[in-house]
Amino acid sequence: MPFFTPGDDPGPSFAQLLRRSGLEPAVPQIAPGDRAAITHGTTVVAIRYADGVVMAGDRRATSGNFIAHRAIEKVFPADRYSGVAIAGAAGPAMEMVKLFQLQLEHYEKVEGTVLSLEGKANQLGGMVRSNLPAAMQGLAVVPLFAGFDTRREAGRLFEYDITGGRYEESNFAASGSGSLHAGTVVKLGFREGLTRADALDLSISALFEAADEDSATGGPDLVRGIYPIIATITAAGFERVDELEISQRFRGLLDAMAEREAATPPRLPETSTEGGEA
Amino acid sequence: MSMPFYVAPEQVMKDRADYARKGIARGRSLAAVVYADGIVICAENPSATLRKVSEIYDRIAFAGVGKYNEFDQLRIAGVRAADLKGFAYSREDVDARSLANQYAQILGQIFTHEMKPMEVEILVAEVSEEHGGDQLFHILYDGTVMDETAFTVLGGEAETIASRLDETWQDGADLASAIRAAVGALAGPDRRLAAADLEVAELARSNGRRAFRRIEGAELAGILGDGVGGAATSDDDTPAAE
Repeated sequence: MPFFTPGDDPGPSFAQLLRRSGLEPAVPQIAPGDRAAITHGTTVVAIRYADGVVMAGDRRATSGNFIAHRAIEKVFPADRYSGVAIAGAAGPAMEMVKLFQLQLEHYEKVEGTVLSLEGKANQLGGMVRSNLPAAMQGLAVVPLFAGFDTRREAGRLFEYDITGGRYEESNFAASGSGSLHAGTVVKLGFREGLTRADALDLSISALFEAADEDSATGGPDLVRGIYPIIATITAAGFERVDELEISQRFRGLLDAMAEREAATPPRLPETSTEGGEA
Repeated sequence: MSMPFYVAPEQVMKDRADYARKGIARGRSLAAVVYADGIVICAENPSATLRKVSEIYDRIAFAGVGKYNEFDQLRIAGVRAADLKGFAYSREDVDARSLANQYAQILGQIFTHEMKPMEVEILVAEVSEEHGGDQLFHILYDGTVMDETAFTVLGGEAETIASRLDETWQDGADLASAIRAAVGALAGPDRRLAAADLEVAELARSNGRRAFRRIEGAELAGILGDGVGGAATSDDDTPAAE
């Protein structure tokens, strides 16, 4: 059982405790020019709406030009009132989420109080920063953090860069390879005070458009029934949106798009090898 | 040349035990009771910030009586040990029995080797998946471990309180009656305890992964009404519809 003298006590920090106990995960060392294909997770978005924040992430992980996993999860609860969504090297990202969840719970149990949302965001920033040596070797992890600030009674969201820079966004954030497209869709569709339904639909079309343009982002898999993972974080806490609801919303989006496509005749260039006129 | 006084080992142990017992008896007691959905721990504690009962891990709670700084140190060590074990292996590998043994080792070691023994009695409680498997480990200042499956009482007046609780405890009671039984036993025949005098927490199967939950404020007041215990002092205490 770990005991420490008062001057040497790691306090409520789980990372410090791991370091003292010699259980700290080692930073992977990869020689330059000796890079294996590393599994990467891709696109995640977070959108603020009337009751809090919606977080959504596609399900694809890629390894080079291969699809490594079709049903990976990238949106996780961090604690009761916050969530974290990951993009980047899947292994270190999962480890970071696990450590982050443990860190928040450890703090809560040792101190007897919950960290403030700001405090949680800073903690995650520190973890991203300590991953910098690995990030320089191609193992970057760029998470999104969102939560319901119980003191301000509002949803807040944060994005990060590989150096641990922490930037609070007022309305939405996106991360990962498809973030450019997903972010643009959200940017155009965002209004102040979105309803839950509108915010879910916006996150769904953002991921759909990202998957349409970015090969590393997975779209809805209707054959296997794999849909993006979406969660809401409100005064009621972190709640995963039911898969059935997500699939119905996707079908709604697909129906609307199919209708639009059918209304315009195909205008693809005619390519014929025969030449001449029929 | 002066010779150091010879003190018989029996006497040393007895003195230490008396010292620890005296320290523990100065504080107030607590009772842990198994009920239908898990375990409820009721501690007499007028402070709302210095906790006697707290969460260690998903299904494990800790409670201590005696010297606050000493059992709080043990509590934090328990949280650390549990979180480290869960991180290194898996969450389901963390169990109360192993924690209780580690506590017993430490308390035993300190009792025999340190200047002064710890003036604490602690409880490590674990709620099981199903009713009937809940575990209560009661650990004394000298490292003695006792495991109970129905209820246990920690503190100076443990025996008196336990005999009172034995009369009112029922297997498979609901939360409210379990709390009333525990608080009634803590209060005894001469005084009443109300929500403000108590710290109550449960480990309930229905709470999901983290089974620990504090029962406080209006919820506790609703269960205890204007207090539970003996000393029906005035007519106000008799129910109106009689």
